[in-house]
Amino acid sequence: MTTATTHTEDEIWSWLKEVTDPEIPVLNIVEMGIARKVEIDGDKVLVKITPTYSGCPAMSAIEKEVKLKLAEKGIEKFEVKKDFSETWTTDWMTEDAKARLKDYGIAPPEKTTGDDDFLKSLKSTKVVPCPYCDSLDTELQSEFGSTACKAQYYCKECDEPFEHFKCI
Amino acid sequence: MSPKSKTDIPGAEHSATQTLTEKEAFFEYLIRLADDRLILGHRLSEWCGHGPILEEDIALANVALDDIGHSAALYEYAAEVEGEGRHRDDIVYFRDDVDYRNVKMVELPKGDFGFTIARQLLFSAFSYFLYERLKDAEDEQFSGMIDKHLKEIKYHLRHSREWTLRLGDGTEESHDRIQAAFNELWTYTDALFYMDEVDELLIEKGIAVDLNDFKDEWKQLVTDVLEEATLEVPDFDQFMQSGGRKGLHTEHLGHLLAEMQHLRRSYPDATWE
Repeated sequence: MTTATTHTEDEIWSWLKEVTDPEIPVLNIVEMGIARKVEIDGDKVLVKITPTYSGCPAMSAIEKEVKLKLAEKGIEKFEVKKDFSETWTTDWMTEDAKARLKDYGIAPPEKTTGDDDFLKSLKSTKVVPCPYCDSLDTELQSEFGSTACKAQYYCKECDEPFEHFKCI
Repeated sequence: MSPKSKTDIPGAEHSATQTLTEKEAFFEYLIRLADDRLILGHRLSEWCGHGPILEEDIALANVALDDIGHSAALYEYAAEVEGEGRHRDDIVYFRDDVDYRNVKMVELPKGDFGFTIARQLLFSAFSYFLYERLKDAEDEQFSGMIDKHLKEIKYHLRHSREWTLRLGDGTEESHDRIQAAFNELWTYTDALFYMDEVDELLIEKGIAVDLNDFKDEWKQLVTDVLEEATLEVPDFDQFMQSGGRKGLHTEHLGHLLAEMQHLRRSYPDATWE
């Protein structure tokens, strides 16, 4: 029977990369920035995860998946903890992940979430390029799509509805 | 807490509870925030399957999820602060209406779509200004939570603002309906700014904020949106409802809780797992 002491943090990080978001299967929880910390204390493994959206039902599924993954790899003592001290932001998503998101048909979040001037920007809607034809001639249909993290857009160029991963 | 260290808050009730500890005050404060969001989230969830268009059905269900998610985090932390081994679900499912601390505005029946949007605008705008200030509170776990929820509240405010414009400046019927909603809801807005010894103590500790600090900004934002939507801004100086924060509620809360709590009270060991 293997014990945690024989495993390295890098190894555990590589296992976490095998856990994907149940809503967006092309992304894993490491590149999304959900998995935040791995700590090994003797034979015990601690994994800290940061929730994306507060009410996101995927979070409990992700928590369960992480536990199953650790158990599957032979770790006997582990703890998966939710960490609120850092606020999850789409800025943590890697460029590679954003590119795959686009290939999957979801317009990725923009580069930065900085919006100190929110009350002024309240009146302007963002231009989101169509993930299929890159046209800028798109319109917002709803601030909320199939999940809280996505908004619903429509491309007037290629007549395709598409989702946009909102920037938070 | 010595009497001279009390912050002078206009309208604050000075009760005989001089022995209120910081822990008790913080617990109460978290419960007030959480109760508002849980009850509003429940009301919004009643739209699921009944939205006027598919996109709005989904949008309101998502906002409901956010609100209930916010309340879950706040209840969890409240239970931790209390330190008596209660689970957040004990606080939600085994308290009666008199123990709930939400403002009356959030417990009113969902009404028509215009009523729901009007309430969302008034409440989201209030939450936005409150959370903008609370996010720097001197308690890492609390401020972290608030900062996260604020990001989602921005989307709620944007959503309700756009719909207020669309309905107010829409057809005669949509205009009249949302105007009636604002007129009715208006008398419930003052209670959002209620403060008492709980706030006083926590303002001193750098956790809570003085709600008067942003009352004018809130009024301005709401006024701007209503005017842009060609709606009449009701009178701020009129009779105002009160009572929610002290456990005095409308007749609607009991019915809501009966529905929300019945499963857990009938089957206390039931879980979602």
